[in-house]
Amino acid sequence: MNDMKTFDIEKVRADFPIFAREVHGRPLIYLDSGASAQKPTVVLDAVQKAYAETYANVHRGVHYLSQTSTELYEASRETIRAHMNAASIDEVIFTKNATESINLVAYSYGAANLKEGDEIILSTLEHHSNIVPWQLIAEKTGAVVKAVPIDEHGEFMLDAYLEMLGPRTKIVAVTHISNAIGTIVPVREVIDAAHDAGAVVLIDGSQAVPHMKIDMQALGADFYVFTGHKVFGPTGIGVLYGKAALLDKMPPFLGGGDMINRVTFEKTTFAKGHSKFEAGTPPIVQAIGLGTAIDYVNAIGFDKIAAHEQMLLAYATEQLSQINSLRIIGQAKHKAAIISFTLDDVHPHDIGTIVDRAGVAIRVGHHCAQPLMDHFDVAATARASFALYNNRADVDALVASIRDVQEIFG
Amino acid sequence: MFDDLRELYQEVILDHSKHPRNFRHPEDANHEAHGYNPLCGDTVNVYLKMGHNGLIEDAAFEGKGCAISLASASMMTEIIKGKTETQAKTIFDGFQKLVKGEDDNFDAGEDTERLMVLAGVKQFPMRVKCATLARHAMSSAMDGAEETSTE
Ligand SMILES: Cc1ncc(COP(=O)(O)O)c(C=O)c1O
Repeated sequence: MNDMKTFDIEKVRADFPIFAREVHGRPLIYLDSGASAQKPTVVLDAVQKAYAETYANVHRGVHYLSQTSTELYEASRETIRAHMNAASIDEVIFTKNATESINLVAYSYGAANLKEGDEIILSTLEHHSNIVPWQLIAEKTGAVVKAVPIDEHGEFMLDAYLEMLGPRTKIVAVTHISNAIGTIVPVREVIDAAHDAGAVVLIDGSQAVPHMKIDMQALGADFYVFTGHKVFGPTGIGVLYGKAALLDKMPPFLGGGDMINRVTFEKTTFAKGHSKFEAGTPPIVQAIGLGTAIDYVNAIGFDKIAAHEQMLLAYATEQLSQINSLRIIGQAKHKAAIISFTLDDVHPHDIGTIVDRAGVAIRVGHHCAQPLMDHFDVAATARASFALYNNRADVDALVASIRDVQEIFG
Repeated sequence: MFDDLRELYQEVILDHSKHPRNFRHPEDANHEAHGYNPLCGDTVNVYLKMGHNGLIEDAAFEGKGCAISLASASMMTEIIKGKTETQAKTIFDGFQKLVKGEDDNFDAGEDTERLMVLAGVKQFPMRVKCATLARHAMSSAMDGAEETSTE
């Protein structure tokens, strides 16, 4: 196979030390990267080194280590800027996760710009973290939250969306890729249409960044968020990209150290650029780890990662489809390597427990996407989500473990 | 396959989950409560008919859930029917300890054997809440609370 020439899966797997371990006496079959991804040695080393050799607080001191730490932290921001093709480092804000990034936009931009009767458009595909902050801000401002429907395949209904846009639409916040069923949303069309209607757009890229190259200037989103732990980085670090023209006009989200220009009890003036939104000591080492993770995936190359994952998606879809009583939930034309499924009469929690005994880690539940579950009239599904380190043997192990489930439930 | 899985999903449990007993909403129920597990979305509604002196004259339930939570709800309705509230609560407490692996000398009198089939849950800490959802809802129903959540 010429697959090996372009993408050496064994080499990639060897980069992730966790695959050396067993679970319940079986090799680990990790199919839960959609919830959180495993970490390559380079990231672990970068984290270790940042603590062991260069650690100090950032932006605060004149001493040597503070300077080194600041340089590494800021170098990571530049890595992420370049990776996203943002126009400036001031457009790249470090947060603690995607959830915080979305809340920042809702509370800062939303609270300052929404009025009674204004509309916030989300979609049925959203993760709760791209629903609840908007509901909270809608309650405060009198704005209204609406959701773009999806069809029976789990496809974002672009026509319905275009109908929903109007003069009252102020914010459109939709996911790039559904975490629960893998649908890739045509975000370019979503953004262009929203801009025509005069609305600003936030894209939740949490599930996209591990699987595809993103380009802020080509995409044109006003805000784009993702979370570090899903893209092979540490937990506790997230990113908010925002267009400088919008960020400059937005009030701060959290107040504290590092985000000020001058503080007096009469009046405080705020820092400019990304600093205005990074109050307090940031997740320094986590940011350094994330920069290393982004370098790691770029060194492999997203064209190869995407081709490998699409191969796995096709193989897994074909294999799973052969299991009687298995129903794949979400069959969009363009999907990331995420497969949600149900088995007749067997609750996903029972599936999860049984396959786990075979060393297979999948996610079962509502995937923090209850409106989406309601759409498909299921309370929960089992979900296998793939990343660059998965292989066909993982798919075979999943299928074999589902046969165990069928055997037990007869 | 693994013995602990076989123990967890033994015939009796599968039978109760596929054919839950007392799966109905009695018209004359005078206590009811709704149980919800926000982690998995499982729900159970329990209905009790409580007579004089705290006698549980009828116990039934409806709901959606995994094999463990359905089986546990089904078995509990059978067990508490005909008992007093005090007797039922003693059984619940013992059962709670049993599935959490905190009590190796579980004794619920004549019901011991029937409940022991759920003891396999203690090998699966993530599933303890599935086994205890119905029991919590039943306690709430007796106490007159209408909602219980596992979280
Ligand atoms: C699409 C999507 N958005 C947002 C999130 C939230 O990420 P985090 O919990 O890291 O903030 C997740 C992951 O759980 C997700 O899949």
